[in-house]
Amino acid sequence: MTDTSASSASFVMVGERTNVTGSARFRKLIREGDYAAALAVARDQVEGGATVIDVNMDEGLLDSEAAMVNFLNLMAAEPDIARVPVMVDSSKWTVIEAGLKCLQGKGIVNSISLKEGEDAFIHHARLVRRYGAAMVVMAFDETGQADTYQRKIDICARSYKILTETVGVLPEDIIFDPNIFAVATGIEEHNNYGVDFIEATRWIRQNLRGAHVSGGVSNLSFSFRGNEPVREAMHTVFLYHAIAAGMDFGIVNAGQLGVYDQLDPELRDLCEDVVLNRRPDATERLVDAAARYAGTGAKERVVDLAWRELPVEKRLEHALVHGITEFIEQDTEEARLKAERPLHVIEGPLMAGMNVVGDLFGAGKMFLPQVVKSARVMKQAVAWLMPFMEKEKEELGITEDSSAGTVLMATVKGDVHDIGKNIVGVVLACNNFKVVDLGVMVPAQKILDTAREVKADIIGLSGLITPSLDEMCHVAAEMERQGFEVPLMIGGATTSRVHTAVKIHPNYAKGQAVYVTDASRAVGVASSLLSDRKVVYIDDIKAEYARIAEEHARSREEKRRLTITDARANRFAPAWEGYVPPRPTFLGTKVFESYDLSELVPYIDWTPFFSTWEMRGRYPQILDDATYGKAARPLFEDAQAMLKQMVEEKWLTARAVIGFWPANAVGDDIELYTDDDRQERLAVFHGLRQQMARGNTRANFSITDFVAPKETGLADYVGGFAVSTGFGEDAVAERFSRANDDYSKILSQSLADRLAEAFAERMHALVRCEFWGYAPDETLTPDEIIAEKYRGIRPAPGYPAQPDHTEKGTLFRLLDATEKAGIELTESYAMWPGAAVSGLYFSHPDSQYFGVGKIDADQVADYAARKGWDMATAERWLAPILNYEPKRAAG
Amino acid sequence: MVLTSPTERRLRELAAQRILVIDGAMGTMIQRFKLTEADFRGERFKDWPKDLKGNNDLLSITRPDVIFDIHSQYLEAGADILETNTFSSTFVAQADYGMEELAYELNLESARIARRAADVYTEKTPDKPRFVAGALGPTNRTASISPDVNNPGFRAITFDELRRAYAEAVRGQIDGGADIIMIETVFDTLNAKAALFATEEVFEERGLRLPISVSGTITDLSGRTLSGQTAEAFWYSVRHAGLLSIGLNCALGAREMRAHIADLSRVSDTLICAYPNAGLPNEFGEYDESPEAMAALVGEFATSGLVNIVGGCCGTTPPHIKAIAEAVKGLPPRVPPKIDPRMRLSGLEPTVIGA
Repeated sequence: MTDTSASSASFVMVGERTNVTGSARFRKLIREGDYAAALAVARDQVEGGATVIDVNMDEGLLDSEAAMVNFLNLMAAEPDIARVPVMVDSSKWTVIEAGLKCLQGKGIVNSISLKEGEDAFIHHARLVRRYGAAMVVMAFDETGQADTYQRKIDICARSYKILTETVGVLPEDIIFDPNIFAVATGIEEHNNYGVDFIEATRWIRQNLRGAHVSGGVSNLSFSFRGNEPVREAMHTVFLYHAIAAGMDFGIVNAGQLGVYDQLDPELRDLCEDVVLNRRPDATERLVDAAARYAGTGAKERVVDLAWRELPVEKRLEHALVHGITEFIEQDTEEARLKAERPLHVIEGPLMAGMNVVGDLFGAGKMFLPQVVKSARVMKQAVAWLMPFMEKEKEELGITEDSSAGTVLMATVKGDVHDIGKNIVGVVLACNNFKVVDLGVMVPAQKILDTAREVKADIIGLSGLITPSLDEMCHVAAEMERQGFEVPLMIGGATTSRVHTAVKIHPNYAKGQAVYVTDASRAVGVASSLLSDRKVVYIDDIKAEYARIAEEHARSREEKRRLTITDARANRFAPAWEGYVPPRPTFLGTKVFESYDLSELVPYIDWTPFFSTWEMRGRYPQILDDATYGKAARPLFEDAQAMLKQMVEEKWLTARAVIGFWPANAVGDDIELYTDDDRQERLAVFHGLRQQMARGNTRANFSITDFVAPKETGLADYVGGFAVSTGFGEDAVAERFSRANDDYSKILSQSLADRLAEAFAERMHALVRCEFWGYAPDETLTPDEIIAEKYRGIRPAPGYPAQPDHTEKGTLFRLLDATEKAGIELTESYAMWPGAAVSGLYFSHPDSQYFGVGKIDADQVADYAARKGWDMATAERWLAPILNYEPKRAAG
Repeated sequence: MVLTSPTERRLRELAAQRILVIDGAMGTMIQRFKLTEADFRGERFKDWPKDLKGNNDLLSITRPDVIFDIHSQYLEAGADILETNTFSSTFVAQADYGMEELAYELNLESARIARRAADVYTEKTPDKPRFVAGALGPTNRTASISPDVNNPGFRAITFDELRRAYAEAVRGQIDGGADIIMIETVFDTLNAKAALFATEEVFEERGLRLPISVSGTITDLSGRTLSGQTAEAFWYSVRHAGLLSIGLNCALGAREMRAHIADLSRVSDTLICAYPNAGLPNEFGEYDESPEAMAALVGEFATSGLVNIVGGCCGTTPPHIKAIAEAVKGLPPRVPPKIDPRMRLSGLEPTVIGA
C-alpha cells in the first residue's frame, strides 16, 4: 500500500461542472448562450478549490469549436478564474486544437489515444507538445477501449513508449486514463472492472515512470442512477482504494463525495464488496440495501436531524468537517455566548474542528476541496465573531491613535492558507496593534514595498505548506539585502522554532526573525519587540537560536560518539587522594509527616510560576515589566493571597522522606551498602555516561563520577529524597471547579507545584546544613539558593543527568516513599500526587549538573546487562536518548 | 524529438564558462543619428503613401550603414550577442506603415547586417565568437486580451494569424544568417506561444534547428506580464519548446526586475537572460540611469548567481554595455538547478502537480 496521506494530499480533483456532458445545468446555460452564468460556474469551482478546470463543449446541438473558443476567451478575461490551468476536454481533435489556441498557460488536453492508429496518435501528440500542453491518454486502441487489466496495461505501456521515445513527451506530462466502467450492472463480466482499474493504476505507477493516472469516477455507479447516497458512497470507497494504488487525478464532483470514515459502515462494506469484487453476491446485496438508502434526499434529512441534536462544539466540528455553512452563524453565536471571550470560540471549538479536518486529510480520508470548504466555514465563523471582538476592543477604550505598533501580515507567496494568520491578526488587533493584512500569496517584494509604505514596525509571515518555509527564508534574505531592520515574526503550522533558528534567522542579521508558537504568543512577542526592553528580548532570542542551532547541529552529528570504553577513559575524575567524604548525621531514612508550609514560602521560585501562565521573564522584574507587569502584578497578588490562605488554613499537607546510605562507585554504578562495614550491598544506582566526542576539553560525565570509587577505599555516601505538597490539592481544585472558577483552580494547582519545588529546595538546604551537615555554615539567602550557589547537587532520575526514569523505582524502594510519605509511582514512573519532587543527593564539591545526551548501542547493551534487562527493554526506556534507530521487534 | 543544434551546443559551452553579454537598445541609438523622413524613405520608398519616420526596422533597407554602425559599437563595447533590428518586422506590426509585404525582407536584411558585423568582430577576436539573435517582437496586438472592454471575448488577432506572421519572420532570419531565434518583449504569452509554434514549424520545414530564447516583460510593479501571468507561470507556458534561455527585458529597470529574475532563476533549468531598461523613465520619459549605476545592479545579479546572459534594453547605450560587460567579467555564470520532474502547469499562476 502506498502512503495514502501523501497521495491524497496531491490528488488533483478536476471539476466537471463546466462540462456540458457532466452537468445538465452548464449544458443548458451554454445552449441558451448565458455565458455570464456559465462563467460563474467556473468561478465557483475555482473558489471551491479546483486545481484544474475541465471545459467540455461536446454536445450534438452545439458548435463545439465556437463554444470552446468563446468560453475560453471569456474565462481568460477573468483573473480569478484564469489563474488556474485549463483542461481542454473533447472527443473531437478539432475542438481540442481550437481550445489550445486560446490558452496562454500550460493546460492539459483530454484526451488523445491510439483509437485511430499510431499515425494519428503521433500526429496529435506532436501538436499537443508543440502547443505546450500536458495530455490525458485514454487506454483505447485500434480494437477498442481497454476493459481488462491486461488490455489496460498493454495499451498504456505501448502509448507510453511511443510518447516518450518517438514524440519526446516528458513522462510527467502524461496522464493515463485506464477507463472506469460501471460495476454492479448484473453482468458478471463487469464485476471486476473496479479491481481492474485499481490494479492497472498500481501497475502504471510502478512501471511507467513519472506518468499519472486519472479517471472519470461517475461512470462507476452508473447502474445506481437516481440513488445519490449509494453513488456517493461507491465513489468515496472507490477513490479511497484507487488513490492508495496511485491514482492522482480524478474527474469528480467534489460536492458529491463523502468522507470515507464517515460513511455508514454497513453501506461502506456493501460498496467495498462491489468495488473490490469481494463476494459473488455483492451486487445483489447492494441492490437490496440500496432502496433503504435511496429516496428523495431522505438521507440528508436524517443526517441533518441527527447532527443538529449534538452539543454546539460537536455541531461546529460537524459543520467544519462537512463544509456546511448553513447553520454556522447561529452555532457560532451559541458558542460565543458560552465562551469567556469571542476569541476563545476560535481557539477552542473551531480550532478543534479544524484539527479533526487536518487529521482526516492527513489520513487520506478527506480531499483538498473538502478541506478548502472547511476553511470557508471557519472563515464565516470568524467573520461572525469579528464585530464582537472589535466591540471588546472598543470597550477596552482603545483608539487607533494609541496603537501599540503596526504589524504587516502576509501569507507568503505560493501559499493560500491564512486562518492562522487571521487569528493572529484578530488577537493582535484586539490587543491594540494596527494590523495591515496583505492576504495570501504575497510576493516578497510586495511585502517589503508595503512595509516601507505603511512604516510597519513588525512584519509577520505565515505559511502552512512546506514550500513556504523556503519562501520565508527568501523573504528574510531580501529584507537583509534591501536594508530592513524591523523584526520578522514567523508562524503557521509548518514552521518551527528549529527551522526559524537554523534556516531563517541566519538570513536576516540586520533585524531579527522570531518564531511564534501560536496566536496566544503573538501579542507577547509583538509587544516585547516594540517595548523598551526590546534589546534584551532580542538578545535572549539570539542566544536561544544559537543554542537551538547548536543542538540541531549536534543532533545531525549524532553518529560521532565515543565508544563507552573511550568515554569511561575520559571520565570526570576529581582528586580523591586526600579527600575526606563527609558523613551524614544519620544513615537510613527520615520522615517528615507534615512539614510547616510557611517555611517553604521563602523558597518559592516565582519565575517558573509566571511561565506556567505563559508569561516569560524573571521574577521579580516581571512585575514591573512594561509588557507583562500589568498582568503579572494582579496575578502575583492573587497568588500571594491564596498562598496565605493555603498556609493558614492548611489546604495542603507537605510530606517528605529523605535517606542516606554508605556508597561507592563501581564502574558506572553506585553501590549502596546496608551499613558502614560496606560488606552487604543494599542497592545499586546505575549511571549513564556522556558519549559525545569532545576532545580533551571536557570530561564525559556520569553521576557516578561524583562518588568515590570503591578502589579508593574512601567511605563515601549518597542521599535520596522524595517530597510532595500535593496532598489535598485535588480537593481544592475540585472545589473551585464546582464554583466554575477555573482561574482559582489553575492558580491553586500552579501554587502546589511551586510549593513542591520549594520543599525540595528547603529540604536540600536542611540536608547540607544539618542532616548531611557538610555545609553547616552556609549562609545563603533563599534567592541565592534558588540560583544554586551551594555545594552539592540533587539530580532527579528521568532528567538530563540520569535520563532513566526507572531509577526512581530503586530510590522509592530505598526510601519506602509510598509507605512513609504517601507518594506513589505510576507504571511510567510518574509521581502521584503531581506536586512532587524526588532525586539523589551528591555532596562532592565538584559535583555538577550535566546532560547525558545521546548514547550508543554499546552503552545501552552494557546498561541493559547491569540493569538485568534485555536489549529491547533498555531501548524502550532509553528511547529519547538513543543515538541510533533500534531494531524493531518482529510483529 | 527535440534536437540540439550545433550552435546551441557552442553557446551552452561558452555559457558554462562565463556570463555572456547581449547588446543594448537599438531605438535609443537610432535617435542619436537625428535621421529625417528622407533617411527613412531612401530612394526606394520616396513615394510611399504613408509617413515612414519611426519605422526603425526599415533602416535596415534604407540606411544599412547606420544599423551596421550601431551593431559595431555594441560589439566594440563587448557584446557577445547582437539582436537584429527587427522589433516590428512582422506583417502584423508593419501594417501601421502599410508595409506588410516587406516583413520577410526586413528580417532577411536585418539578419544579414548583424551577421556581417558579428563576423567582422569574430574574425578580429576568434576566441570571442559573436552571435546574431534574430529578434521576434511582440507585435502590437494581443492574442489573449480583448482591446474592447465591453467585449472581453473579442480578439483583435488569432493564434493562427500570429503563427503565419512569425513563420515568415523566422524564414527571413534563417535566410539572413541568424544564429538564435529570440522571442522577446513578451507582453502576452499566447503571442509567444504562437511564435514558438511557428518557429518549430519552420525548423521542421527547413530540416534544421536553431537555439530559441524567450524573454518576457513584467510590465509594471504588479509583478505580472500584461496578460496577467507571474514569471513562474510564464516559464511553465513556454518551457516545452526546449529553450536556450528564458529571461526578462524591458519595462523595468534592473532594481525592479531583480525579484522576477530571481524567481525565474529558481524555477528554470535553462539559461537565464536579463536585459533591463536603464532604470525607470524620469519625469521627462527619459532613461537616465548611468552606465556605472546600472552595471552595479546587473553585476549584483551575477554575484548572486542569478544570470547567464545580461545586457540592456530601453535607454541603454554602448557605454552601458561596456560597463555591464566589465562588471560581470570573471564572475562565475549561474549553474542552472536540477528541477524535479513534475507536471508543471499554469494559468495566470503556476500549478505544480504533486508538490
